[in-house]
Amino acid sequence: MRRMRQWGPGLLLLSPSLILLAVFVYGLIAWTAKVSFSDEHNARGSKGFVGLENYANLFTNDINDRFQHSLKNLLVFTVVFLVGTMLLGLLWAFLLERGVRGEGFFRTVYLFPMAVSFVASGVVWRWLMNPADGGLNAVFDGFGLDFLKNTWWTNPDWGMAAMALPAVWQLSGYVMALFLAGFRGIPQELREAAAMDGASTYRLYRNVIFPQLTPVALSALIILGHMSMKMFDLIMSVSGAQWLSEVPAVYVWQALLTSDYSKAAAISIILLLLVAVVIVPYLIYTNRAEKSR
Amino acid sequence: MTTVASAPPTGLEPSPGVRARRRRSFGIGPVIKYALAIIFVLIVLMPAYVLVVTSFKAGNEIGVTGQWNLPTHWTVASWGKAWTALQPAFLRTFQLAIPVALISSLIGAANGFVLSRWRFPGADVVFTLILFGMFIPYQAVMIPLREIVTQINLQPGIPTLIFVHCIYGIPICTLIFRNYYATTVPEDLIEASRMDGAGLLRTFWSIILPISIPGFVVTIIWQFTSAWNDYLFAIFLSNTRNGPITIALNALAGAQSPDYAASMAGALITSLPTLIVYILLGRWFIGGLMAGSVKS
Repeated sequence: MRRMRQWGPGLLLLSPSLILLAVFVYGLIAWTAKVSFSDEHNARGSKGFVGLENYANLFTNDINDRFQHSLKNLLVFTVVFLVGTMLLGLLWAFLLERGVRGEGFFRTVYLFPMAVSFVASGVVWRWLMNPADGGLNAVFDGFGLDFLKNTWWTNPDWGMAAMALPAVWQLSGYVMALFLAGFRGIPQELREAAAMDGASTYRLYRNVIFPQLTPVALSALIILGHMSMKMFDLIMSVSGAQWLSEVPAVYVWQALLTSDYSKAAAISIILLLLVAVVIVPYLIYTNRAEKSR
Repeated sequence: MTTVASAPPTGLEPSPGVRARRRRSFGIGPVIKYALAIIFVLIVLMPAYVLVVTSFKAGNEIGVTGQWNLPTHWTVASWGKAWTALQPAFLRTFQLAIPVALISSLIGAANGFVLSRWRFPGADVVFTLILFGMFIPYQAVMIPLREIVTQINLQPGIPTLIFVHCIYGIPICTLIFRNYYATTVPEDLIEASRMDGAGLLRTFWSIILPISIPGFVVTIIWQFTSAWNDYLFAIFLSNTRNGPITIALNALAGAQSPDYAASMAGALITSLPTLIVYILLGRWFIGGLMAGSVKS
């Protein structure tokens, strides 16, 4: 009874949110899962239970292997996006960490794309990545760098690598901020101790500072990785929904346009599982790390 | 409002001592360092240059030749065209983003306060379950969500979007406030309030809320920006007649033969509110950004 009085008011304050999230996150996921196990392939909706058939069909019986094509696109996109943002973000953080005058200015510029929506930046990136002679291709032309001219995202094999460029532009600043906070969180004594031992700058970074940044790098990878899997706005804005650049998140939208609810639900659940595989261990890990502090 | 004057530390600033010491440091040469930093500034700003320059061109100047040049004749005609196309949605998006920012922040403050102080059994599990909600791909809830919002008779368009943004904004706002309260509100203050016989709600309302302004600034900016920039919920739950600006911009720019000058003016109009917030209140914006990676 005393426990009730101690925790009761708190739980009361918390409970509306808990109920809403229970219904709108977990309840609706369960509902989506149920749709994915049924055969609701058009607006009439027969709703019979078909088990895992929709999932199996995505992998074995999809026209032109459409789903696997979207996964391949997602993979290419994710690799370029992760490598690009991590390298640029680390490089920028490193430059600022070495000390530059007007650091605030550089930080503000590097981070500014984060304040813009993919829909807005997509407008200009579609122009920059003009598959013909305009945009960046015109710049390459002007500098005699013709070999760099390419068809960007319209290339059927590696187009998704180009599609990742706007995402790299948009999120490298975020990675920089994470790394910069990481650099600045390293206790000064560590650097001083290394300097006392006569460590060169190279050894200081190689053996002392970079190892300290591993948790930051892991967080960044996981946050970016899960964003990449959900990538939707950017692709809709640069190319619109079309076969060449289709990823699972866009495929869901396309399946819904044709009222194929069960297929859309099955793709959504696969997407959710992909995200959960990286996010859930991360949440548990941070929870533990926090407790042991 | 005096609390607002002192911006929260973002963890990005070097301490003064470090700054002084670094002047003597070696490693990559200063010339290379500055050259790289400036080249990257130019690269990052390049799309912004294209947007601004193109938006001030007349429709007939948008050819392949000289498309990177400044306009030969500066004109605001494309801005006018874009504004006419976007204006209703622009105003609607304020009607969306402002209530979302205020409501979700208040909910987040209450939750964050409870979770930072009351360690009821299973609090960590509950917190993790709450957090997971901000990482899910929203497609996984969208099919039934569309049915539910019609069943509970929510007006399509902005009212529906306010509702869903508030719900799916609960996790991030709760997280930001939990971290804020855990690090800035001294236990003694709450203890003193309890000694005075104030209950949890009273304590929250009259002791905690008044000192929560920095937390509110972070969540309000974060939720305002998310709602303003959102496209996923908007495309599933609204249309060009009742939806926010991202839908309107995509309609303007996504036509078969888009008017690039008007599209780019439109993209700038769309981005102005969030850019202004970023430039004026950058530190708080970054505060929300850093909270998104879970660790405080």
